[in-house]
Amino acid sequence: MASIKLKNVTKSFNQTTAINNLSLEIKDGEFFCVLGPPGAGKTTLLRLIVGLDTPDNGEIAIGDEVVNDLHPSQRDIAMIFQNLALYPDKSVFDNIAFPLRKLDLREEEINKKVVDVSKQLKIAWLLEKLPSQLSGGERQRVAIGRAIIRQPKAYLMDEPLSNLDALLRLEMRVSLKQLQENLKETFIYVTHDQVEALSMGDRIAVLNEGALQQVGKPEEIYLKPNNIFVGTILGSPPMNFLKCNFTGESNKVIFIHEAFALMSSKKDFINEMKAKMLTGSVILGIRPEDIKIHMEKNSDTVIESKIYVTEPLGNETIVDVKLGKDIIKVIADADFSGQIGQKIWLEISSSNLHLFDEKNHDCIYHITEKGLLQTF
Amino acid sequence: MAHIRLENLVKRFGKQTAVDSLSLEIKDKEFIALLGPSGCGKTTIMNMISGLLQPDSGKIYFDGIEVNDVPPGKRGVGFMFQNYAVFTHMTVYENISFGLEVQKIDRADIDRHVREVTKLLQIKHLLSMKASKLSINDMQKVALARSMITQPRIFLLDEPLSNLDAALRSIMRAELKRIQQELGQTTVYVTHDQVEAMSLANRIAVMNYAVLQQYDTPHNVYNFPKNLFVANFLGSPTINFFDGYYRNGEFRLKGFNKGRFILSRKNKAALESELTHEKIMLGIRPEHLKLKDTKTDMGEGLNAKVISYEPLGSKVIVYLHPDAEPNIIIKSSMEKGYKPRVGDLKYLEFTENHLYIFNKETTNLVKRFTL
Repeated sequence: MASIKLKNVTKSFNQTTAINNLSLEIKDGEFFCVLGPPGAGKTTLLRLIVGLDTPDNGEIAIGDEVVNDLHPSQRDIAMIFQNLALYPDKSVFDNIAFPLRKLDLREEEINKKVVDVSKQLKIAWLLEKLPSQLSGGERQRVAIGRAIIRQPKAYLMDEPLSNLDALLRLEMRVSLKQLQENLKETFIYVTHDQVEALSMGDRIAVLNEGALQQVGKPEEIYLKPNNIFVGTILGSPPMNFLKCNFTGESNKVIFIHEAFALMSSKKDFINEMKAKMLTGSVILGIRPEDIKIHMEKNSDTVIESKIYVTEPLGNETIVDVKLGKDIIKVIADADFSGQIGQKIWLEISSSNLHLFDEKNHDCIYHITEKGLLQTF
Repeated sequence: MAHIRLENLVKRFGKQTAVDSLSLEIKDKEFIALLGPSGCGKTTIMNMISGLLQPDSGKIYFDGIEVNDVPPGKRGVGFMFQNYAVFTHMTVYENISFGLEVQKIDRADIDRHVREVTKLLQIKHLLSMKASKLSINDMQKVALARSMITQPRIFLLDEPLSNLDAALRSIMRAELKRIQQELGQTTVYVTHDQVEAMSLANRIAVMNYAVLQQYDTPHNVYNFPKNLFVANFLGSPTINFFDGYYRNGEFRLKGFNKGRFILSRKNKAALESELTHEKIMLGIRPEHLKLKDTKTDMGEGLNAKVISYEPLGSKVIVYLHPDAEPNIIIKSSMEKGYKPRVGDLKYLEFTENHLYIFNKETTNLVKRFTL
């Protein structure tokens, strides 16, 4: 059991900065997910914590102890890799028992521990088998068993589910989460899959090009992304972005897109926008589920648009909508039946809009108040 | 433009049957998906259509003409694989024009085609760049452009989006569908990803262990799956199955202390005319299984305990155990913002029209009530 702290950690390989001045605090007993695209620095981060790489700058602490100079074996952290690295010629029992062999334990004691762990992971009936006789999910459990049996201070996992098929991945997500809740140990879980991060993480750190973009609870970063990158990496389909021109007058602000316009006459908002909006244009972010499609023009505030293509998914339909020159994605019901090219009208939920700076892509404002910004 | 017909195709590798007596018809301009888990035979089918593999028996027809003995290069088939072979020492332009240059087409025509296709794929600004400098996403687009430009009469795509990041995959999915509709090429798309198959294809051929399970529209494959395998393979999260039996107007479900679901009189008669076997599996999709805090009318004793939940942004997936069996996991898809407590007892609610009733022995769908 241990917390893990990183303070201003930087790591470069030749000219490439893999981790750029990263500070993070992972709490004791937390399921902490690190989410980012390939090349974001996720694996480097794990290797730094476990001690396979040393930082160029900064400090890494496990519990209260700074571990920069400690050898991996002294850090007492278990790492589970994507390719599980099981011993193919050893039985499940011997694979799980392996870390205990180095310790001076009696055979009965080892036996008891292996049986306990394998029961916990529901693989007790497989102990005599070889890894090659197991399914992908079972092998995964053996690898986890081998880590658990050491009772390390923390568990680091590098995309452990990415080689499994979709159905198994879903099951393993639930059982990993339950396992962590039972063990109450610190888990750091690296993934490029937003569903895994949202579903398992107590908190998520979003990483891009070695730099931390946002840390927070899943709901927080989904509902209030710090920047366009975070809005894109979370959500399926991702957030839509529309470039709008901005005009501020004394008693109102207006955002103009080729296909629609939004206005606010709330004083505080006007002042804040005028203070922040220097460039004259802004990126409006809208999640696909915050737009409603109407097949008829049922009010003056709906926005005329055209169906670009439809994607039925069974439980819902994704409608790609042509809005001026932009194409946005909207989630509609399973039974949505519109044709390519057909005219439709969009209703934008005024309580879930996000404004981003056009230049640095940072969020300027999360609109959560209904009616603050309205189409006209 | 081509109509494809596969007739009793069989392909074995050693003792392993990769494709077992497959018959399939693909209409001109149709976009079909071959969907199944790895090892189900889908890539083998594609390789037989292209001519890279010869079937052990059976016939392949393009527009009514047998092509079994036509070599791959003469079949008029364009490919795109997951491992796209882009020439990294060439520019994007050279990569894309390559296929036309070997055909000795007029330079002005080549140029026009390259510009058209790159405009469609939004990589026109990259034409003079070296392919080695491209991002993975753009490289994938170059590979796609290269196969599109030769305008084959049949387009074969093998998991073309699997190397892309999620955001681009979702954009490319829509683009592919749109492009195919505009060009009208008969397209066979191989994937293990049910979302891609559902969203792109006119029809889906679901494969398992070398055998075709079902060939139908996305709507029908999802809503009227032929068997347990198909029901389980489509949909995310996956469908719930309850083991149990049917007797006298009600389902008794295992895993619950006292789990009963009572049918209306109308549906009772409809079911009994088709049900020959009382052992059944009851399927209910997570989006049709709702959680209530108070007792519901239709069921009795359908109680379950919350074990965890996943706030996935636009919805919340809740996982539960039925009250008597901690090894069964029930999935329910609830509205954004739903926040249960772990350990809470919930009442399961669903309606007759959302039940899929399977024969437990044959695993085939017996009945799905419609309104």
